[in-house]
Amino acid sequence: MSRLAAAEDLEGLRASLAAERERVGTTIVVCGGPGCQAAGCRAVIEALEEELDKEGLAESVAVRVTGCHGFCEQGPVMVIEPGNVFYCRVKPEDVGEIISSTIRDGEVIERLLYTDPASGERVRTESEIPFYRLQERTLLALNRQIDSSSMTDYIAVGGYSALAKVLRDCDPEAVIREITASGLRGRGGGGFPTGRKWASCRAAPGDERYVICNADEGDPGAYMDRSILEGNPHLVLEGMLIGAWAIGAAQGYIYVRNEYPLAVEHARRAVEQAREVGLLGDNVLGSGLCFDVEVARGGGAFVCGESTALMASLEGKVGEPRPKDVHTVEEGLWNKPTALNNVETWANVPLIMQNGAAWFAGKGTKGSKGTKIFALTGRVKNTGLVEVAMGTSLREIVFDIGGGGSDGAAIKAVQTGGPSGGCLPVEKFDLPVDFDTLSEAGSMVGSGGMVVMDERTCMVDVARYFLAFLQDESCGKCVPCRVGIDRMLEIVTDITEGRGRVEQLDLLEELGETVRETSLCALGKTAPNPVLSTLRYFREEYMAHIVEGRCPAGVCKALVEYVIDEERCTGCGACLRACPREAIRGESKQPHTIDAERCVRCGICLSECKYEAIVVK
Amino acid sequence: MSDQSMAAILEGRTSQPQQLIEALHDVQQLSGYIPQEAMTTLSQELGVPLIEVYRVASFYKAFSLTPRGRHVMTVCMGTACHVRGAARVAEQASAQLGVEPGGTTSDGQFTLECVNCLGACALGPVVVLDGVYHDQVTPRKLGRMIESVRRAESEDRLHV
Repeated sequence: MSRLAAAEDLEGLRASLAAERERVGTTIVVCGGPGCQAAGCRAVIEALEEELDKEGLAESVAVRVTGCHGFCEQGPVMVIEPGNVFYCRVKPEDVGEIISSTIRDGEVIERLLYTDPASGERVRTESEIPFYRLQERTLLALNRQIDSSSMTDYIAVGGYSALAKVLRDCDPEAVIREITASGLRGRGGGGFPTGRKWASCRAAPGDERYVICNADEGDPGAYMDRSILEGNPHLVLEGMLIGAWAIGAAQGYIYVRNEYPLAVEHARRAVEQAREVGLLGDNVLGSGLCFDVEVARGGGAFVCGESTALMASLEGKVGEPRPKDVHTVEEGLWNKPTALNNVETWANVPLIMQNGAAWFAGKGTKGSKGTKIFALTGRVKNTGLVEVAMGTSLREIVFDIGGGGSDGAAIKAVQTGGPSGGCLPVEKFDLPVDFDTLSEAGSMVGSGGMVVMDERTCMVDVARYFLAFLQDESCGKCVPCRVGIDRMLEIVTDITEGRGRVEQLDLLEELGETVRETSLCALGKTAPNPVLSTLRYFREEYMAHIVEGRCPAGVCKALVEYVIDEERCTGCGACLRACPREAIRGESKQPHTIDAERCVRCGICLSECKYEAIVVK
Repeated sequence: MSDQSMAAILEGRTSQPQQLIEALHDVQQLSGYIPQEAMTTLSQELGVPLIEVYRVASFYKAFSLTPRGRHVMTVCMGTACHVRGAARVAEQASAQLGVEPGGTTSDGQFTLECVNCLGACALGPVVVLDGVYHDQVTPRKLGRMIESVRRAESEDRLHV
């Protein structure tokens, strides 16, 4: 492809690409996101290509493998354009029929359609499915339109036109004014106003500046950034280019988790593609902007999500944070002014510049504008990625979009904000989800993880889980975080193992306050949140463990016993054969029993029993 | 690891200390771990003191200082997987393989890893075996995964 020397070249290319897209009639869109990959979409794609070849349709029917569509729970998902027929849970053996019926004859295959659980009726398109219909999909909707490895697809649907517009019409200050007016706040967890960050960075003295894309998405239970970078890497690059123009940077970095090999691959490919046509490099689109991007792989350290630790890691060093008395916008990477934003923040920038600040500010609440992507996971029916306007209530997200609890269990809480966030009880579900409201309630929006918990989730165990995570991930540089988290974990472990004492709860709170006040970086400062929020809302669960020696959810091993319900047991022997400890006895077709002495509560019998006869007490 | 492949890794990185982590990634990818000689070479060629190379290699979870098994089993311990029973899955893996997370079986067949999140949260608990994602894994399902690898390897041995 030839170099795009000016904005007119880009427009010319777009026109021809769009015409080419028009020419191809039918396109089978297959989601290649992480959820659908795990559900086996690769085999479906291979079967599709083979079948189209065999049927002589390879020329007239296109297959587009895209980034995440969001409805991971129903994966692998497929959409057939035009008409947008939506098929879910597609298997390779369905492919032959899809080609012969839907592609050749235009007939819809009923059994592959989604069934609306409320009405029991099958629906044909995404727009009829409550999970999609109730969202406001701005960023995520783009994923479906483009092959995630193709720059030309991105350009065909309007990609890089925001950049061309900015380079033609806006001086850097005007870009910063627009971003400030939009009210965009950082999507990585801090919620800092992006416009203000850019303005300080531009104003900081120095002749070299950097922009960084933080794609080190370490929060467990969050994969929004992965889905954007994998599915639409050029959108992120375009955002960084606009940021570089605004700030005056010549070099940018994408720091991406090594655990996301596909994101690394797609980001690298996007950079190469952009260099090839001159969208990165010297004199971008003839504007005088010189900017290049390098992709760096993270080392698998959670603390590197913190900006100063990330910059140390980019310099090739151990990822330890430093005090922030001098801000990174003044002295960041190699002590030069640096603007760091996360993937979702960068991805919003081209849309704001294209559609205007007012468009973005028209969505959301007073203090939190635009849409936000959440990863809805855990004990909820419709797991997947959800994009809604800021200010949507937890209830709408979990119950209306998420469809409520999985297999009918009562939902108890939702954990937001990852290890830095907290657990909010179902009584708080009418709270609007925005940066300020969730912080006041003792949690945070964070990067957007939302893990739903039900009556089978033990909140003390959840607190212990996060402390164990943070103790493992603390870099060890400052004492409050290194020692404080360790001691808190010790206490909570005592409680989950039946050695807890009531007075330890006050000590936990006191320790939590100290760690929060005195730790060096955000990892330590927010580490007590999961403990403090569960103590605040679920104190009775702590008390049940300590006073009654009982785990109400039946999770904490030291406090539970596995027994077999005689009424329900059919004596099929499935549990007996599966038990690794030979702790289950019984005659065929007679109720079995569990030897409590031998039982290690591994849970295998629980997952094997078809009759729900294994009871955890 | 051959001199040739080390030279390829070092290409364009000589005397660039900031390239240490990227170079370590390449070594890890190629050898499955970071051999001591590789650390010495990187120290000399990039201009980073050996102790700093060791510090970086041991700080980041992506790098292993000991050789890994022929099969790598990664159990996701993320929050979404946790509330769906990942701890039980990990315990089963540990018990069945006879190694702690991070360890390699004495016959070099398996390395067991527990990681904080693989970002496939919608389908937890997730286990990755040799790069292939498996969703909604139960202790029993995991047991069968291990058994099938063992069976395949012993069959291979019979055919050799």
